[in-house]
Amino acid sequence: MSEEYIYAVARVRARELGLLNRQDVDQLMACRTLEECLRTLSDKGWGDGNSSTPEEVLAAEEEKTWAFIHELTKDMTPFQVLLFPTDYNNLKAAVKAVVTSVEPHDVFLPGGSVDPEVMLRCVREGDFSSLPEHMAQAADSAYHTLLQTEDGQLCDIILDRACLCDLLECGRNSGSDILRDYAELTCAVSNIKVAVRACKTGKNRAFLESALAPCGTLHVDSLAVAACKGLDELFAYLAVTPYSAAAERLKESYSAFEKWCDDKVMDLVKGQKTNPFTIGPLFAFVVARRNEISTVRIILSGKLNGLDDRMIRERLREMYV
Amino acid sequence: MFDWTTMGIVFALIGAVLAALMGGIGSAIGVGMTGQAAAGVVTEDPSQFGKVLILQLLPGTQGIYGLLIGFVTLTQIGILGGSADITLAKGLLYLAACLPMAIVGMVSAKWQAKAAVSSISLVAKRPDQFGKSMIFPAMVETYAVLALLISILAITSIGGLSV
Repeated sequence: MSEEYIYAVARVRARELGLLNRQDVDQLMACRTLEECLRTLSDKGWGDGNSSTPEEVLAAEEEKTWAFIHELTKDMTPFQVLLFPTDYNNLKAAVKAVVTSVEPHDVFLPGGSVDPEVMLRCVREGDFSSLPEHMAQAADSAYHTLLQTEDGQLCDIILDRACLCDLLECGRNSGSDILRDYAELTCAVSNIKVAVRACKTGKNRAFLESALAPCGTLHVDSLAVAACKGLDELFAYLAVTPYSAAAERLKESYSAFEKWCDDKVMDLVKGQKTNPFTIGPLFAFVVARRNEISTVRIILSGKLNGLDDRMIRERLREMYV
Repeated sequence: MFDWTTMGIVFALIGAVLAALMGGIGSAIGVGMTGQAAAGVVTEDPSQFGKVLILQLLPGTQGIYGLLIGFVTLTQIGILGGSADITLAKGLLYLAACLPMAIVGMVSAKWQAKAAVSSISLVAKRPDQFGKSMIFPAMVETYAVLALLISILAITSIGGLSV
């Protein structure tokens, strides 16, 4: 029922005033050193007061975002669309750590929906029943594949594909247009990335078929066939799909393509600015926060490594506000 | 044998009750929706209380209009004093006269609430645009006022008819 989000959306609207806008980004860009950037961010309320390194500041902001969403809604199911990549990344780390008998240190990402320690225990015991059904099947398959073949890439593609399938299903079952479209876009863009990498590394069609996740806006068989033939064929196929602009960006550079992907997501969620009732604005807020964290990360890394301002600006994402 | 001619007062009372009931339901839903939005904004910025309170109250007027129509009808049909001798035709006329306020009141309260919730979001993001934000939900009020007018005109005129 859409009315159940009225309170939450009103709070999100008030919080949106605190999001970084283009002027804030310019102010950060004008900072000469990393320390100056961190001071500017601290003045804007970034960090938790104790965080001193860039990673601590960014992690604190991510944590604040999720704490806010937990305050607004008890049902986190629709947000799984954003959490699956973290969960599956942790699952990959857990499977590889167990198979290679390495004690995992700092390999798990925070903020997933499944505790990484639970994943680790499941993989160690070979009993995946504590994981969600589809994730358990994928974990079982990836674990045994890695044990038998010792091929980390095969293990990765099993889990990556399962992640995309879960993401698509979650988006479709959410009953929300924005979640469905976001899941579809994420899946399609991931398929394009896989196809480009496979094409550049000369992978065969069998590999592509096992790595690509079926989605509504891309025909994965055609994508696989095109990727096997070469980059030109791949771009020609993309040109007749809704992702024709992606082909143009890929011809420019991979970072231009990645920027296009993030900007496309931002265009998608910007439509939620005028929606006062559904879960859409909450979802858009999380995406907007992640986008600004990603933008700040690019600026901080650029300042840390002394990159030219022009190079940093080329990589900056569109802001939500 | 049931005498239909005695049912005039019953239909007239149903009209009065519907006006108060449906206007009240619409306003209760509307003020509830806007109240949630207002609480959300005040949670983040308590200084906006005055502005969002006014916006919250806008869908509450339909309930008041319904009450007014119900009260005028009760007075006209003699339930609040005087003679309650209403013919069947007059009873049905009172019922018909109350319907614009009942139906338009309920529907407009809900839609006005949606407009007011959007305006509360507007105030949350741009507190300086409060004046403009008031206008959007206030436009919906026009149709509740028109329904109120037609119901009042009809109710006060029925008494003079010889039916």
